[in-house]
Amino acid sequence: MSTPALKGNSPERSWPLWEVFVRGKRGLSHVHVGSLHAPDAEMALRNGRDVYTRRQEGVSLWVVRSTDITASSPDERDSFFDPAADKVYRHPTFYDVPEDIEYL
Amino acid sequence: MNENAIDATAIDPMGISSSATSVAAAYCLQLGDDALIYAQRLGEWISRAPQIEEDMALGNVGLDLLGQARVLLTRAGELDGTGRSEDDLAYLRDEREFHNVHLVEQERSDFGFEMARMLWFSAYQCELYAALATSSDETIAGVAAKAVKEVDYHRDHASQWVLRLGDGTSASHARMQESLERVAPHVAELFEDDSVSVAAAEAGVGTLPSSLWDSAFGHVSRVVAQATLTLPAGSTWHSRGGRNGIHSRPMGYLLAEMQHIARSHPGATW
Repeated sequence: MSTPALKGNSPERSWPLWEVFVRGKRGLSHVHVGSLHAPDAEMALRNGRDVYTRRQEGVSLWVVRSTDITASSPDERDSFFDPAADKVYRHPTFYDVPEDIEYL
Repeated sequence: MNENAIDATAIDPMGISSSATSVAAAYCLQLGDDALIYAQRLGEWISRAPQIEEDMALGNVGLDLLGQARVLLTRAGELDGTGRSEDDLAYLRDEREFHNVHLVEQERSDFGFEMARMLWFSAYQCELYAALATSSDETIAGVAAKAVKEVDYHRDHASQWVLRLGDGTSASHARMQESLERVAPHVAELFEDDSVSVAAAEAGVGTLPSSLWDSAFGHVSRVVAQATLTLPAGSTWHSRGGRNGIHSRPMGYLLAEMQHIARSHPGATW
């Protein structure tokens, strides 16, 4: 006999997980900073503000339900990423950059 | 005995004279005490909130309030001529010398009660600091301008939760409704025109608490209605006396916890 608290099929008691993205300043991209629990999107934004921007880390926040993210699988890593390894011509290293061009 | 000395007893039983400076000092002290005591109560939530994220949220709110208290108490110590520091005022005063309202000293209860208390207190503080941004005292105006953004977030946080708990399950609705009723007797004291606030308003330093009621009540009643809850029609009793240093039972326990380190180890530093 299991205790009632441990019985299966009980609804998940904890809040769903959210991934948090912070944009450090205007012009930069949002960067993944971590995850947190929240009952809904609005509260997730607020929790994200409280947990991840306490030290002025950001000017903009995104939150995404973790279950809504489709991720590549570690099993597919070889077929996904290895073929790029020997294609140096994809790097812009075959150009001579004129000296007086900034920000290139 | 000159006229000022007689006025002084009317304004403050602690015997502070009634010059504009000491009115400002007494005003800073009671605003600072509200913030300090509520910060202490909110600190108790660390590790006890429903989720660790909420620990952080309530801790952040408490730290905002502590920041406001530090500036206000420091200013009170400068103005009242005693030269007391923020720490002297926080840790070395006795219960009767604190001038906070009863609402903030009430014991921590369940999360619904905390959100009901925070909704009222932050609604009050939003209007208070908006009004104080034009205070003739530069320190008060400064802290108000900064704090108005902080308390706007506190009010939003409490509003979000009251909406979710009120319009949630039948159990959360019932407990949120009960929380509103438990907070209700302590609300009127926030908006009562005590003698220090009246003198501070006349001096251009402060604002009348009663002038904040309409807007604060407007916000709270909108949130409560949207949350499918009902504001208690009226309470049979109201707390009073906090501004004069008369406190309720939980205050002594709160001070004992807040002050015991500083009093056991006088002058200790990190």
